[in-house]
Amino acid sequence: MRNSTKLILLSVATLAIIALFLGKGLDAYNYRFFLSRRIPKVLAILLAATAISWSSLVFQTVTNNRILTPSILGFDSLYVMIQVLLVVLAGSLSPLVIQPMLNFSVTTAIMAGLSLSLFAWYFYGKQRDLFSLLLIGIICSSLFSSVTGFFTMVIDPSEFMAIQASMFASFNNVNGALVYWAIAPMLLCLALLLKLAPKLDVLWLGPDNATSLGINVRKLTLQIMALVSVLISVATALVGPVLFFGLIVVSLTRQLFNSYQHRLLLPASSALAAFLLLTGQWIVENLMAFETTISVIINFVGGSYFLLLLARNKVN
Amino acid sequence: MIKLSGLSKKYNDNFVVQDASALFPKGVLTSIIGPNGAGKSTLLSMASRLTNSDAGEVVIADKPLNQWDNAELAKRLAVLRQSNNINMRFTVRELVAFGRFPHSQGRLSARDNEIIDKAMGHLDIQHIANRYLDQLSGGQRQMAFIAMVVAQDTDYIFLDEPLNNLDIKHSVEIMGAIQHLAHEHGKAVVVVIHDINFAASYSDRIIAMKQGQVIKSGDTVEVIDEAVLSDIYEIPFTIREVEGQRICMYYTNPHK
Repeated sequence: MRNSTKLILLSVATLAIIALFLGKGLDAYNYRFFLSRRIPKVLAILLAATAISWSSLVFQTVTNNRILTPSILGFDSLYVMIQVLLVVLAGSLSPLVIQPMLNFSVTTAIMAGLSLSLFAWYFYGKQRDLFSLLLIGIICSSLFSSVTGFFTMVIDPSEFMAIQASMFASFNNVNGALVYWAIAPMLLCLALLLKLAPKLDVLWLGPDNATSLGINVRKLTLQIMALVSVLISVATALVGPVLFFGLIVVSLTRQLFNSYQHRLLLPASSALAAFLLLTGQWIVENLMAFETTISVIINFVGGSYFLLLLARNKVN
Repeated sequence: MIKLSGLSKKYNDNFVVQDASALFPKGVLTSIIGPNGAGKSTLLSMASRLTNSDAGEVVIADKPLNQWDNAELAKRLAVLRQSNNINMRFTVRELVAFGRFPHSQGRLSARDNEIIDKAMGHLDIQHIANRYLDQLSGGQRQMAFIAMVVAQDTDYIFLDEPLNNLDIKHSVEIMGAIQHLAHEHGKAVVVVIHDINFAASYSDRIIAMKQGQVIKSGDTVEVIDEAVLSDIYEIPFTIREVEGQRICMYYTNPHK
């Protein structure tokens, strides 16, 4: 099957599941109420799916690996830690915590700054390998989680309520106010990534060949890392941390679409991600009657898959 | 013309390249020879902006390297390192098409496609154009990478050990193709090469390095000299002319 056919089929399947989601049980009397609740939810899932899949895919390209994603390296736990620290330092009633846009901007700025310094260290120092990056990610990730854990133990229970929502992935009650507001920065990031897509293709050839072909590898890497930080912030702000989802989606996209072109891989990965998340959420809501959450399923399946990849040593 | 003057590179207080100067004129195939650790690859990386130098200057077409815009320079200068491990499946044609990236930014025109076909023809690899790189032998893969450099169509071409691990047939074909680029297309081609007889047979000029320094540079007949080579490699050399070409004998076998 040709790649374009596959992409069309996948998009049709995704649209079908969106229709199923939005349309179930609608009639002339209840549609206002149901749609006002369902549209932000579906939109949040679509935005998060795109943010997670695009950021994971381009992150793997610039770090030249197929196994690490920003989430595995602790970007999500960094997000949660920043939320906790904001509550601890500024109080749960501070505008930094209550106002979604302000909170989002501050968090994204801190994340972008920290991730850029991590990558400046990674790329500007001596040649580092994938495993040292993985190791650093695990250390940072558990450091962030420990800091988060420590402060949630000592803060006032009522303040804890303010951060609880951001600590766990949740597709059942998404942050409605933020959904519409997140669209603008998301679209900007996506447009910039699409613009950089042909340069990203050249990065497959390795940094030396890319330089020979006129790519400023460091500059491109820093641009990509800044965009990845914004996307991760959007995804985590909307639905909370989902550790292994990016890994599953990017891996499946690569197996399904045998292509090196980011202009194809990026839209394909978001269609696949949206399809998987919506289908999973639909199953959770309708077949399992909310008895589990989709993030539990994602982390179980994704974690097993991650172990399988490590065991087969398909790291490179 | 590319001019290197007084280039140096240090790693932890040790000079890898020290005060090296050289000229790479157009229309000329220049080989860089020398023992392991002589700094050949480092010199080539500095001349082709893959590595920063600690001292000295690289002037490309009368303009210092640091004044060149990298994207603009990619239309004039191409470089290929020796190990190219790629994490993605490409067909030969897709790989060669990347050579057009500096000119087309990923959108191939009819002219680009023509140049890609010509580049593959130049290395005689059209018959494997649709094969994936991981299905090819080392020699065929190297031919594909060189075809990518040819498709880039630059005035200056740097190749770091293009013959590494290749059999005789592929080596001869690659050297012939490279020589053709210099002589027929007027390009400045610079290769780092280990096989001294390949250097002697194909290059117009040779730069001989030892311990980071340029010991001798000049026309092939000046450098392919018993005294010069014995000094550089620290073993005795015997040089014979066979059908107008200088061939080096350095296989000292005491049991014969």
